Amino acid sequence: MTHDASATVRARPAGNFLGGALSNLGMTWVLLALCLLFSALTWSEQQPGGAAAARGVADDILAAHAPPTRVLVAVRGQPDDVAYADTLAEILRNSGATVVAVVKGEPKEARAALAAANAAAQPLDVIAGSAASAAWALFADLPTDFPALGNPSIVQPRLYAWPNFLKLENLLNIANQIAVIAILAVGMTLVIITGGIDLSVGSLIALASVVTAVLVRDCANGVEAGTLGMVLAGLGGVAVGALAGALSGGVIVAFGIPPFIATLAMMLVAGGGASMLAKGQSVYQVPDAFMWLGRGADLGLPNAVVLVLLLYGIAHFVMTRMTFGRWLLAVGGNREAARLSGVPVAGTLLTAYVLSGALAGLGGVVMASQLKSGSPNFGQMYELYVIAAVVVGGTSLAGGEGSMIGTLVGALIIAVIQNGMNLVGIESYTQRVVLGGVILAAVLLDRLRRR
Amino acid sequence: MTTPPLLSMEGIAKSYPGVQALAGVNLALARGEVLALLGENGAGKSTLMKILGGAVRPDAGRIVIEGVERAIRSPLDALGAGVAVIHQEFNLVPALGAADNIFLGQEVARGPAGLALIDRNSQRRRAQALLARLGADFDADTPCRSLSVARQQLVEIAKALAAGARILVMDEPSAALTTPEVAALHDVIRELKRDGTGIVYVSHRLEEIAAVCDRVEVLRDGRNVGGAPVAAVNRSDLIRMMVGRELIEEFPRRTSTPGDVRLIVEGLARGTAVRGVSFEARAGEILALTGLVGSGRTEVLRLLFGADRRDSGTIRLDGRRVEPRSPRAAIAAGIGLLPEDRKLQGLVLGLSVRENFSLPNLARFSRAGIVRQSEEQRACAGSIAALRIKTPRQETAVRGLSGGNQQKVVLAKWLERHCEVLLFDEPTRGVDVGAKVEIYQLMNDLAAAGKVVVMVSSDLPEVLGMADRILVMHDGRITGRIDDASTATQESIMELAVT
Repeated sequence: MTHDASATVRARPAGNFLGGALSNLGMTWVLLALCLLFSALTWSEQQPGGAAAARGVADDILAAHAPPTRVLVAVRGQPDDVAYADTLAEILRNSGATVVAVVKGEPKEARAALAAANAAAQPLDVIAGSAASAAWALFADLPTDFPALGNPSIVQPRLYAWPNFLKLENLLNIANQIAVIAILAVGMTLVIITGGIDLSVGSLIALASVVTAVLVRDCANGVEAGTLGMVLAGLGGVAVGALAGALSGGVIVAFGIPPFIATLAMMLVAGGGASMLAKGQSVYQVPDAFMWLGRGADLGLPNAVVLVLLLYGIAHFVMTRMTFGRWLLAVGGNREAARLSGVPVAGTLLTAYVLSGALAGLGGVVMASQLKSGSPNFGQMYELYVIAAVVVGGTSLAGGEGSMIGTLVGALIIAVIQNGMNLVGIESYTQRVVLGGVILAAVLLDRLRRR
Repeated sequence: MTTPPLLSMEGIAKSYPGVQALAGVNLALARGEVLALLGENGAGKSTLMKILGGAVRPDAGRIVIEGVERAIRSPLDALGAGVAVIHQEFNLVPALGAADNIFLGQEVARGPAGLALIDRNSQRRRAQALLARLGADFDADTPCRSLSVARQQLVEIAKALAAGARILVMDEPSAALTTPEVAALHDVIRELKRDGTGIVYVSHRLEEIAAVCDRVEVLRDGRNVGGAPVAAVNRSDLIRMMVGRELIEEFPRRTSTPGDVRLIVEGLARGTAVRGVSFEARAGEILALTGLVGSGRTEVLRLLFGADRRDSGTIRLDGRRVEPRSPRAAIAAGIGLLPEDRKLQGLVLGLSVRENFSLPNLARFSRAGIVRQSEEQRACAGSIAALRIKTPRQETAVRGLSGGNQQKVVLAKWLERHCEVLLFDEPTRGVDVGAKVEIYQLMNDLAAAGKVVVMVSSDLPEVLGMADRILVMHDGRITGRIDDASTATQESIMELAVT
């Protein structure tokens, strides 16, 4: 049966750099279909806020009341409202309108400002608020309460309809949540392309997170740790992962132990080792700056997402353009033919497992940073989600084919399903049932498409 | 009224794409008869036996067993009709005992089907009795993996008898046996004869045929060449019947100008497969290694290429010692191998023509581990044009190419590598006639360019047509050296090969 499957001609990444994306069109369609589905299911009224909403409100005011217009801006003290009020006031002033006052706080402060304007007998054309402040009771009967103001109109940002799923913050949330799985899936793809499997990666997340947190706590002054100390501790976590990968890979190459068994053993060793090292507890004696990698956003995108994009770019380049990528495909496709063509089979296999371990270690460091601690409970069952991402992404468990872009799409499919179900309000037990079904369906669909 | 023969195969035909494996072959077998089925490699013996055993379905012809026409569509059908095939590779479950193997699929059991309990005692008793009849005294509970090859063979025979087989096909049964074991096997065959079992004995070993068989049937190119009682034919008759085809002019002419000795191999050995092989090869000549399948020819090439580790022996190229510890080391020393099975050993079928072509040449096409694609594509396009490889694109998976074009891709790998020594193992097996001639021409060009060209082939006309010198192997040793191939005939080679 396996032989029959391998005898069918399969789509594979072409030589050009973006060919990988095209060869996984099928799964890309599934991803888009899921996005559309969850967009439709989460379609709802949105309250615009912040600086972005100010432009629309300013346009509304200026269209209805040509300058010189007299405007009072009143909002709550929240950062979002403050940004909105400041931006709106600035736009209005630049357009020639008179901003009588900008109130950022409680309704009573707005009342004081209105009273002051009323006392000075200065009429108002417009009171601009946010969705929340426009509903304040004090604006309900202005002509009676403040007769000197005239009859100002109340303006607030217009409501608009947009899917909750497609909001930028949600999309970044998806990317951030899948970051660890996506990082591990790079290494898993390498290993699965060789025809192997790495079951140890979930445990290596735990081990690397604990090693990193313990190093920060014990060797870098704990909560007082400096940047260099934390970087070195993080590299320590990655190195531990790489070492574990080297051990699994070494046993596989030197003694011909099946990868399933070798990495199953490593899974137990690493998981138990993490618990021993952490004495069964979480290790949280790390400074706030420790969260830079997992929670920071220096380039407009979360740092973890930048890291993921960087890794996939490099991995895709390695697979499509480098000698090592070609060796991986050859070793996975036909080990004997690769050997007889002079491919260093043992070295290629070993490197794949070392990279898988190192990337699992990196994933552990990212998770430690996201959760500001290291714990032996991190990463449980992650190996299965990672394998699912790789397989959904079109990489064959038989080895010899696969693409990094496909794996990224696979990881995103899993993340979108989880996130979408959260938004729709499906409870977590049901989510797992659905996720299992979707993984099976995705792979079946792929199989049918390739017939 | 005459009783019908035990087995009668009539007008059996079978063709594979491009090859007529069998073109109307007849075969008859009487009760208690041992029939030797003879023929060169590729004559159609194994296809005929696969049809009888239900592994392959014929295009035409009928199989009549004891007067009843039988439709044999699967090995199970064959067993139902009383036919059992004992292959060279045994079909035993290593961890199970002899008795369990003998009754595998036909367990002695009590109770309703599916829920039955195996009656292990009765099974063991009956297995022990069957083995005793075959002269075996080992315990029927012994796991098969701890039995010798000869004993495993007896388990196979017992299994066939337990299934009620009256027709037994034995494919090269003596290939892996020692001389006393062969004698014991022949005793078993004589015992089975007495009970009326008919046996088809497929073998290359002429002396065994004389010892145990009653009649011979010779196949050549998928046809019956003739049959005779063993007593009526001698050795040279058989050889002539096996090879007797005319040489066709399918080999491009070449003026051979042997130059200096370049490759010297001394005392090459590995286990029992290669036992002390020494030879030298010159620039400007084609050296052929021939012999029957299993004689050690392929193994010699694999040792030279580092695909297997040699126990001993020295290899010198242009006076310098070469140590092919691995294929990678051999390639670095300038040696290339076209393996005998291009699909399993020569190509990564799922990869493209370009990727396969580049595999041994990646270092040349890359800087700092990054493949320079334009360079790679240019070289590949050049080879596709030069070797006239018929492929839609460089990116086409080699799986989709014809046998001849696949072989050209393997050849292109090594030509691009500019190897000094090229080892060809069955270079034209499964290759159509047109591509064959092109491959021969390339081999001639390599020889003319002063490279060392060593070929292994079972195809004697090919050996005679291509080689300047011929080494004949038997049982891991070189048993004949023909320094002027133009004086050789298929008969003289076969004489050396069968000893």
